[in-house]
Amino acid sequence: MSILVLENIHTYYGEIHALRGVSLSVEEGEIVTLIGGNGAGKSTTLNTISGLLQPRRGSIRLYNEDLSNFKAHEIVAKGVVQVPEGRRVFGRLTVAENLEMGAFTRPLRSEIAQSLEQVFTLFPRLKEREGQLAGTLSGGEQQMLAMGRALMAKPKVLLLDEPSMGLAPVLVDSIFDTIRKLHALGTTILLVEQNARMALQVADRGYVLQTGEIILTDKAAALRENESVQKAYLGVL
Amino acid sequence: MKTQPATVFQTSMRFGLIGGGAAVLFSLVGMVEVFGQRTIIGGVVSMGQAFVAIAMLLSAYAAARQLSSVSSSAMLTAGGLTGVTVGALLAALVLLGTSINIRDVFVSASPPLFELLSFGQSPVPGMLLLLVAGMTMGLAAAALLFLSPAMRSTAISVLLAVGVVGLLADLLRIIISQWAYVAPLVEWVFSGKGLSVPGALAIAAVVIGLDVLANRRRNKAHNLAALPATALQKRMRTGALMALLLVLPLLLGTYVSEVLDQVGLYVLMGLGLNVVVGFAGLLDLGYVGFFAIGAYVMGMLTSPELGLASLSWWSALPIAVGVTVLAGMLLGVPVLNMRGDYLAIVTLGFGEIIRLLALSDALRPWTGGSQGIQLIAKPVVGTVVLDDQLKLYYLILAGCLLAGFISSRLRDSRLGRAWMAMREDEDVAQAIGINLVATKLLAFSVGAAFGGLSGAIFAAKLGAIYPNSFGLLISINVLALLIIGGMGSIRGVIVGALVLVGLPELLREFAEFRLLVYGALLVMMMLYRPQGLWPEEARKLEAHGDGDNSNGDQTAAIPA
Repeated sequence: MSILVLENIHTYYGEIHALRGVSLSVEEGEIVTLIGGNGAGKSTTLNTISGLLQPRRGSIRLYNEDLSNFKAHEIVAKGVVQVPEGRRVFGRLTVAENLEMGAFTRPLRSEIAQSLEQVFTLFPRLKEREGQLAGTLSGGEQQMLAMGRALMAKPKVLLLDEPSMGLAPVLVDSIFDTIRKLHALGTTILLVEQNARMALQVADRGYVLQTGEIILTDKAAALRENESVQKAYLGVL
Repeated sequence: MKTQPATVFQTSMRFGLIGGGAAVLFSLVGMVEVFGQRTIIGGVVSMGQAFVAIAMLLSAYAAARQLSSVSSSAMLTAGGLTGVTVGALLAALVLLGTSINIRDVFVSASPPLFELLSFGQSPVPGMLLLLVAGMTMGLAAAALLFLSPAMRSTAISVLLAVGVVGLLADLLRIIISQWAYVAPLVEWVFSGKGLSVPGALAIAAVVIGLDVLANRRRNKAHNLAALPATALQKRMRTGALMALLLVLPLLLGTYVSEVLDQVGLYVLMGLGLNVVVGFAGLLDLGYVGFFAIGAYVMGMLTSPELGLASLSWWSALPIAVGVTVLAGMLLGVPVLNMRGDYLAIVTLGFGEIIRLLALSDALRPWTGGSQGIQLIAKPVVGTVVLDDQLKLYYLILAGCLLAGFISSRLRDSRLGRAWMAMREDEDVAQAIGINLVATKLLAFSVGAAFGGLSGAIFAAKLGAIYPNSFGLLISINVLALLIIGGMGSIRGVIVGALVLVGLPELLREFAEFRLLVYGALLVMMMLYRPQGLWPEEARKLEAHGDGDNSNGDQTAAIPA
């Protein structure tokens, strides 16, 4: 069943019409990717879902519950958790503290400890650096931490905004490996990426966004073969 | 290695010019002369001379340390040369000042200044003496670097102890003569306005003795693998500290109690602003507004003069604090979406608005306008009226302890975590499920409550309040004491208040140069100790970590 459904979303920045009727859905356990060029509205879509931006029209539903009237922090508590673009870990807190902060909305200490174990299993490196200040981690480790922090909230849907941005190629591979692992564990993910090639490799389905509109949607494998997608986003001539 | 002489020369020149420039500046603004009236060791060193000596010592020490990897002769040369440079700049000042009249521009360039700088000699031998003094100080500073770390720290402690005791000689003399058994010591330790020579030697001996003992204990602890303090030890330490705080004003007399009261009021405000700025990261430049509201509400409710109400201090207190909390929320609402500089400007305006409202004629029936409010009630406990410094000290102490306790519990609470996350990154804080509106408003109201409490006590202490007691300078002072002590650190607030409020009160001559010293102190702090004098543990980690990437959004190219 669909966990998350967007219907005809219109979002504005002041007078600028950034999203022009975006509709999409995410099924349980699936990775859906949103690809598109600069300024197409990928991050705007994620920010609208997570409540950082208010849509002017349209509806967002999580398990058939309308999210429009909830504030950003309430949406997190409902299980839609975003990993913001550019990582943005709490640089002056330790790795462990960052992870604890991720579980801010959860009341039960025993469950939090369990999630912490899961995150450390997924990212053994974070366990090694538990007591270190997050600001002193490398870029790749910070991305792991940002993802771990989001997982601590036990998300029903994980929104990943450009996880590979600014990382060395080796690290990009390792981040996408992690996304695959999360997929295997059954996590539902909406992934926004500039690196369309990698995104379409891990995703089940994809949406192509152009100037605030969805122009194409299909199975990821089909999109990879699609000629216009290849030309525009995969660099195939 | 051919460049080595040039390096030595360049280094000495650089530090010498910085130190000399500072010494000349301090002379020209009048600090050296004013402090020349205070003696550290009677008939030997005055505070003014000590100032010059400190400039020489510090710059030579810095120069020599920079060359510590080259060779010991380079260090000595640099030390001496730096000292001589400082001396030469001062000598040039003496030459300039005694040959032409520069007093039209520099009011403080007075004959006593030059007499002091030339050690009471006529200019030419005086100038030579300055050079010799520079050389000696410089060599001594460089020589310090050859000592073992333990010995070096002992030497520095001795200098500091003699300096501080000498500086506060007047005050200490009065205090000690009140203690029956040790009173006879006074005549022996002090002479004139400073220490006597045997007194200085005795203090040096005591400091050395204590240092040796401390070192021995530390070595022993090392051997036993430095056990962490047990719960019992901690409790005993807290108990001892409490006992000390309770008897302190009794031992030190009225004047010091007055100073402690002021420090205490600033500690209260500091704890409040610490919640807003230190914990939650909301830069508030109008903090004095809450202090003023607390004081004014207390005045309005208790002063029979205005005829509004004449409650007792205690029954007015919850109202005063409550109104301040409300004001904190009211300020919070319009600035919810503001950050950084914008927030600072708006809060700055808030502080001024409160002061102007208090001053305004329209509100005269309630606030007394420029005449302020008199006859404010004193707190009464049982049958005791808290009407002097000593009794109020205990009230202020109780307030500080309460605020300190609340602060520390809040810091470790869920709310404290939310504040910390918000301070680090507002957007992400929201993205991990923190309610920004509630979190911000709570920060403002808790901060306001402490400020209001401080204001209410302040009003009772003076018995009268006037609008111009609530100027911008108070906000600046409170913020500066947070920076000096360590942003976000509760114990840092106390250290900061002692340094910024206590010291200037004890060194009355300072008052005139307060802002100059603040400025210099803040710049030095930012350069050499940005985490503050006594920071929280996490901040220490940050300052000594191998990379500072506080934004967390830069990327390291090398995969780790």
